[in-house]
This record gives sequence, structure tokens and C-alpha cells, in this order.
Amino acid sequence: MIPGAGFPFTGPAVELRDIRFAYRSGPTVLDIAALDVHAGERLFLHGPSGSGKTTLLGVLAGVLLPQTGTARVLGADLATLSGGDRDRFRAEHLGYVFQMFNLIPYLSVRDNITLPCRLSRARRARLRGASADSQAEHLAQRLELGSLLDKSVTTLSVGQQQRVAVARALIGSPELVICDEPTSALDADRRDRFLELLFASCEEAGSALVFVSHDLSLAPRFARTVELGALNRAA
Amino acid sequence: MMLLLSLAARSLRNRLFISALTVLSIALSVTLLVGIENVRAGVRESFSGTIRGTDLIVGARGGTTQVLLSTVFGMSTPSGAIPWEAYERWSTHPAVAWTIPYSLGDSHRGFRVIGTTASFFERYRFRDRKVEFAAGRAPAGEREVAIGSDVAARLGYSVGSPVTLAHGVAAVSFAEHEAHPFSVVGVISPTFTPIDRALYVTLDGLEAMHAAELADGGGLAMGPPGPARSAATTSSEPAITAFLVGTRNRFETLQLQRDMNEDLAFPLTAIIPGVALGQLWQTLGSAEAGLRVVSVLTVFIGLIGMCVALYASLESRRREMAILRAVGAGPRTIVSLLVLESGMLALLGALTGVALVYIGIAVGQGPVEARFGLSITARALGRTEWGYLALVVSAGTLVGVFPAWKAYRASLADGLSVKL
Repeated sequence: MIPGAGFPFTGPAVELRDIRFAYRSGPTVLDIAALDVHAGERLFLHGPSGSGKTTLLGVLAGVLLPQTGTARVLGADLATLSGGDRDRFRAEHLGYVFQMFNLIPYLSVRDNITLPCRLSRARRARLRGASADSQAEHLAQRLELGSLLDKSVTTLSVGQQQRVAVARALIGSPELVICDEPTSALDADRRDRFLELLFASCEEAGSALVFVSHDLSLAPRFARTVELGALNRAA
Repeated sequence: MMLLLSLAARSLRNRLFISALTVLSIALSVTLLVGIENVRAGVRESFSGTIRGTDLIVGARGGTTQVLLSTVFGMSTPSGAIPWEAYERWSTHPAVAWTIPYSLGDSHRGFRVIGTTASFFERYRFRDRKVEFAAGRAPAGEREVAIGSDVAARLGYSVGSPVTLAHGVAAVSFAEHEAHPFSVVGVISPTFTPIDRALYVTLDGLEAMHAAELADGGGLAMGPPGPARSAATTSSEPAITAFLVGTRNRFETLQLQRDMNEDLAFPLTAIIPGVALGQLWQTLGSAEAGLRVVSVLTVFIGLIGMCVALYASLESRRREMAILRAVGAGPRTIVSLLVLESGMLALLGALTGVALVYIGIAVGQGPVEARFGLSITARALGRTEWGYLALVVSAGTLVGVFPAWKAYRASLADGLSVKL
């Protein structure tokens, strides 16, 4: 698949084979025989700290390159792409939600959400003519953020910030959304509502969802659960 | 590009206090650099404007600079005197078109009193303009005085006011010439030269005043007698301190100067104003160069300060960089963002610095003029100054490359996981 082609990819979202990764001069952190994520699937990756989950997410996002093996994300073999191409690939096809501090402090909520479309023409093209602003408004409505669009992000609660991060991840309907422990900072009742909204929005966009967390109680809500401790032979 | 500019601007505004301080430090150094250049050019223009119309300045034997400073700029006390017959001899010289005699050494409440003739008001040019009157006329009689605009303003004189002249140049003199009071007949329009701070009487008037004082009680003489006065005691003719010369033909000026300096009867010091000024500037040259070096160094200091501030901000911005990378910004975007930030700070600093120069001139013009007789006017920026500004902005932008590079490396290493 050619990055920047613009049309949604309908093959498997993720195909990892024989991945081995170590940081500069350290021990092997990832040793994974195979991992598949299907198009539109909701996958729960369960891993305590130290199981290599952040590193795995780095590989999935094209930020880290494994030393051996094939990492195919949305049909593209990431190892064959240059650093710049991987950045552009990520800009066009991926959405990422951090555990916390997701937002650029000097931009409004609206500007945070539309940022991917302003940084990447390919991402903007996925809107098919709709304006980034109108798409941002739509997502804000779905995520119960309607009245906050022009506010400064520093006035938002943690839950609101996480939802803004989801809106930003989903603008332009990327094929793959990666979430790194997005609910750890939320309290229990907010957590459920957050998941509901996340699932609904991903479904509407047709995005596959890879959700990493150490909280096993969330697993039942997902279509499939993978134990990172079992999957990663280096853990 | 627009996006990057917008991000850079908002990012700076988010750290408003630090950004403002950085802009201020660069601005102050630019003010120094550009201001010095501006003032330097202004001072030179001001000085040369004062004597542009004169071909020779002639004084009694003494150093060149001293003749210049004492006659035209009213600084330092003149030494020696030129006997009247020597002056007459030169004023009728075939190469001479006009002369303006000066008699210095007296004062009135801190302002210089200058004895001269009508040719001063007819012939003297400053910045190609004549001396004009805001009120009244030139002095003609023995008790008449014309005053400069500063004198009128400071002492509250106008046409008709009585004036008492003192011997010597002290503000308060023990020997007041009360026997010979003068009266103001004219107030000179502002010239922004030392003329504004002087009083002008006729040579006759000055002489009559000294004669009256002698008759009154010569024992009142405190301190050294003025040069004109001591010469007068030896001959019945008035003596003058110096005179200005306009030659008929520019080419004859050099020869005339030589003749005057080598005169057997009474050698004088004749100087060509432009040349003498040039020598004066050369003397100041090394001081100016020193000032310039200092101001360039302050610009460096300002830029280094900005670099430090940017570097220091990087640590707290690592998460911001990670977010940008996650959202699709490449490392090059991050580098551009930081280079733009430093460029914008430098540009703002340069503009603010120039604005401060003009504000400084507007505010300081009056006091400087009053104190030193220098007129510093706001000039448009010259090529040198634009060059300096361009250098500051480019250097400021380049300086941003250092923290940008660090941010680039860090964002590659951090990836998406910033260990906060």
C-alpha cells in the first residue's frame, strides 16, 4: 500500500511477524512471534508495566523500527519506509491517545482536534471536502464536548482532556487508533462512559482500536484480549 | 508555513513573561547598537552644520582644536588676543570676501557674551541658514544686546529687558559691570547650535563696558583679566579673540591659511573647519570604535540569553514535542517551529529596539541640547543601521538552530513515550 493514497485500507490493520526490538545498547525488550489485528477490530492488550507495551505501541505507530521481523501496519511494511515517510504515514492513517497530557497547552480545544488535518494534507483529504472545523464539531458532539470547543485546554478536567484526545485521534477517520492506558487517570464511573463514547466513535469511523492497559477489569468489553506477558517472550 | 508561524506565535505567547524578557534584552542591545550609530551621525552632522559656511577660523596662537572649540562651540576659555590692526590687515586682504570678528571672555549668568559686528548677522551660516530674529533686530549701539532663544527662555528676557554683563565666565561674578547696563533689542530664532545659548553685543559696546569698569574701580579685578581687556589696556584699539573668514575663492583658502600662520608681524592660528573637525573625529575615533565593540557584545549577550531561555524551555516541552510527533509532525517540523520561535523573538527585539531609539531621541533631545548644545534629531535609519538589524535578526534565527537540534534529537529518542 502506498502511503498517502487516500482511500481507506480494508485489509488487516496490523500484522507483526518475528519482531525483535532492543533499545540502543540494551537488552531485548520485544520478542513477538505473531500479532494480528483485523480491520475495525477492538483489541485489548493487557500488560503490566515492564511488559514492553509502550515499546510495542512505538513499533505499531512507526516510531520505533524493530531490528528483525516484519511490521506490517495497514498493509505497509514499516521497515521499508524512510523516517519521513513513516511520519507521513502516521499522520495520515493513525490516531494516538496518551495516558495523560495529551493536548498542546497553547492551542484551544478546537485547534487541538483539527491539528492532524492542518499538519497533513493527506489527513485533510480524508475528510472528503468537509471542513476540519465541522468535523471537529461533529466529533465534539459525539464525545459530549460540544460547548468546550473554543475553550483553552487548561480549563478542562482530565476526563474532558482525554475525550478531546480521542476526538483528535479520530478526525479524518484513521484506519487504526492506538490508546496507551487512556483511562488510568479517570475514576471508575467516568471510565465506563469514556469507553462507551470511544467505542461508538471508532465504530462510526470504521477504525480498528488497539487499547493497552494494565486494568484487566476492562477486558470483557473488548472483542479480543491478548496477554502481553504471554505474547512477548522477552517480558 | 502559516501553521508553523501560528504555532510559533502561540507557543511564545504561552510563555509570555520569558518571551517578553527575551525580547526586551535583545531590544536594549539593539537600541545601544543602532542608537550609537544614529547619535554619532547626528552629532557629526550637528557639528559640521555649524561651521559649514566658513572657510577659515582664526585665533591667536594656540592649539587647533582649542581655537575651534572656543570660538564656535563656546567650550573652554580662549587664550591670547588678536590686536585690531592685525585683524584689519587680514580683513582687507584681497583673498578675503568677508570676516566676522569675535570677542569672547565675558558672561551673563552662565551664558557667554560675544562681542561681534553686523557681519555676524549678515554672513554667518549654519546648516546653510542665516541667523534670523524671532523678535527685534541685531544690536547696533553700545548698550544693545541680542540674545539666543535659550537665554530668553531660561532667563525670561524679551525685547526691552535690561541686562547686566559680568567679566569672566563665572555664573556669579564679583565684578558686575553695573556701570554699563545693556538692553535687549533682539531675540534670535532657535538655531539648535551654541548661538541659542549666547548673548551678542557690538564690539564697541563690549569696549565701552570694559572702559567703564576700568574707570569705575580697576581694583575690583578678581582673577585673571580677560584677554581682550588686557590687550585693550596696552592699546586704545579694541582687541578680538578670533575671527571667521570667508574667502573669495576656495582655492585661495590654503594659501591664506599659510600666510596667516607664518605671518612675521603677528602669527596666528588659522584652521580650516572641516579639517579641524576631521582631526577631532579622529581623536574620538578610537572611543567610538570601543563603544561599537561594546554594543556588538551586548547584542551577543542578548542572543545568548535567548538561546538559554529556549534551551531551558525544551525540558518542559518534551511532551509537547511527543504530541506533535504522534499527530504526524516530522522532526523537521519541530526544528522549524523552534527556529521560527527564535527568529520571531529576534525580529520583535530588533523592532522594539529601534522604537526605543526613536523614543529615546524624542525624550532626550531637549535635555541633551540644553546641556551640550548638540542637536540630535530623529533620522531615518541609514544603510549601516539596516545592516545591523538584518544581522541581529539572522543571528537570532540561527541561534534557534541549537535548541532546535536538541529538540530534534530528543524527539527521535523519546519517540512517543516521554518519561516525565
